[in-house]
Amino acid sequence: MSSLYDVIPPAPPKGVPTRRTTMNVNGTSQTMEVEPRLLLADALRQALGLTGTHKGCDTSNCGACTVLFDGRPAKSCTMLAVQADGHNVETVEGLANASELHPIQEGFKQEHGLQCGYCTPGMMMTAKALLERNPNPTEDEVRWALSGNLCRCTGYQNIVKSVLWAANKMREQDQEA
Amino acid sequence: MYPSRFDYDAPSTLEEAIAILDQGGGEAKVMAGGQSLIPMLRLRFASPERVVDINGIPDLEYHRIDPDGTLRIGALCRHEDLELSTIIGDTFPTLAGAAHLVSDPIIRTRGTFVGSLCHADPQGDWSATMIALGGKIIVQGPNGRREIEAKDFVLGPFVSALAFNEIAVEAIVPPAKGKALGGYLKLERRVGDFATASVAVALDMDGDTVTRAGCAMAGVGGRTIDANEAISVLQGKTLSSENIDSAAAAVAAASDPRTDHRGSADYKRHIVETFVKRVLVSVAKSEKKEAVA
Ligand SMILES: Cc1cc2nc3c(=O)[nH]c(=O)nc-3n(C[C@H](O)[C@H](O)[C@H](O)COP(=O)(O)OP(=O)(O)OC[C@H]3O[C@@H](n4cnc5c(N)ncnc54)[C@H](O)[C@@H]3O)c2cc1C
Ligand code: FES
Ligand code: FES
Repeated sequence: MSSLYDVIPPAPPKGVPTRRTTMNVNGTSQTMEVEPRLLLADALRQALGLTGTHKGCDTSNCGACTVLFDGRPAKSCTMLAVQADGHNVETVEGLANASELHPIQEGFKQEHGLQCGYCTPGMMMTAKALLERNPNPTEDEVRWALSGNLCRCTGYQNIVKSVLWAANKMREQDQEA
Repeated sequence: MYPSRFDYDAPSTLEEAIAILDQGGGEAKVMAGGQSLIPMLRLRFASPERVVDINGIPDLEYHRIDPDGTLRIGALCRHEDLELSTIIGDTFPTLAGAAHLVSDPIIRTRGTFVGSLCHADPQGDWSATMIALGGKIIVQGPNGRREIEAKDFVLGPFVSALAFNEIAVEAIVPPAKGKALGGYLKLERRVGDFATASVAVALDMDGDTVTRAGCAMAGVGGRTIDANEAISVLQGKTLSSENIDSAAAAVAAASDPRTDHRGSADYKRHIVETFVKRVLVSVAKSEKKEAVA
């Protein structure tokens, strides 16, 4: 159940001051008029319909809402949409292309890295930033990098395996290329 | 909950940002990493009329060590920049020890060192390290800059010495007198939790003699606790086990913990004493090893 203040409409009522905000989301430039208090998570979910970014706690604790902001993981419930003006945002919707899953998504499928799937988009975005910085992480490094993303279902074992699977696959792809 | 309505500015110079704060007359708030401010807005603990986002101001992301050994940390240096830093590990072990324990990895990509000092959370990790290291904060207002000692910067829980129209632009850690040693130990219930109890210890050593000892604590009082006086019993002394024990007891006596959901007051005091001993024993051991080598 959502209370009156849990969400605000992405297009505010008449007379409320807004700011024109242009952000690059998954490679596409998006311009919107937003109230400064609109959270980035809600701009993505409501204004752009990108509901793959989940809100698990809304108190900056769970990491389900993690997106990449200029390549670094950020909790989109703890950023304002206006802050993304002129910046790049990547969400889980940007991982796969028309025909193929991203190796991280494939890894989660192969290693059963999800149960309910609620935490999964955030896990995958955090993993993407890790693998871009460190293509060959140890298990400990994966656990450390994901320690800000909470999962209520899996016990993390298979999530860690999924990321290691993806790391391996991405290294193989790099060698082939 | 949603924050109440506010206006938003993203100025591109410090001067512009300060002018906006000045005109705001206390109703405008600076936003750096936003990792404490946005949660506060959402809880409506803060409802400023205006948020002044300083992320667009260039050249504030740095941390660097001057030729004389002074460390300078700019207002937009993120927790993660310090965690991944290649320069602070050897020279500032107290900071390096805390860098990976502040919040969680995602918060660390945005939250700033200086913003954490300004937030003055009694459980904030960086304030404790800065007080232990005898650091300073440079703040800029409409009439120019002034320097504030870290120990005078935190006035109380969530209250800093900043005036409403001032921005903290840089944190400074002075060079060690001799060799800088020490560490940061934090007990947290899980990753991303605030400290149940934490201890920052910073020692300058000349051979096996302590030339300066600094200490501060988070989570064990209504504000960051300055334990520099307590640990000064080590001044001019060696790290013998008797000296370590009396320093640890003095610091624990300076803590002022309360019983809460994180643990009892006695438990926290005990943790403080244990942590101080642990840091000092490990410093003594590493020094011995070096003397043999
Ligand atoms: C889930 C979670 C867990 C956390 N865990 C910890 C933890 O374990 N330890 C810890 O120490 N912190 C923790 N934090 C807080 C985090 O470290 C914040 O990043 C930090 O406290 C504030 O830095 P910021 O840059 O995000 O500041 P902001 O949120 O932008 O600002 C905080 C306050 O400081 C003021 N301010 C910021 N920068 C300046 C400046 N340059 N000049 C003047 N005023 C300024 C703002 O006006 C505001 O009042 C946690 C936060 C969250 C959400
Ligand atoms: S919804 Fe953003 S951290 Fe939980
Ligand atoms: S799979 Fe259910 S929360 Fe992670």
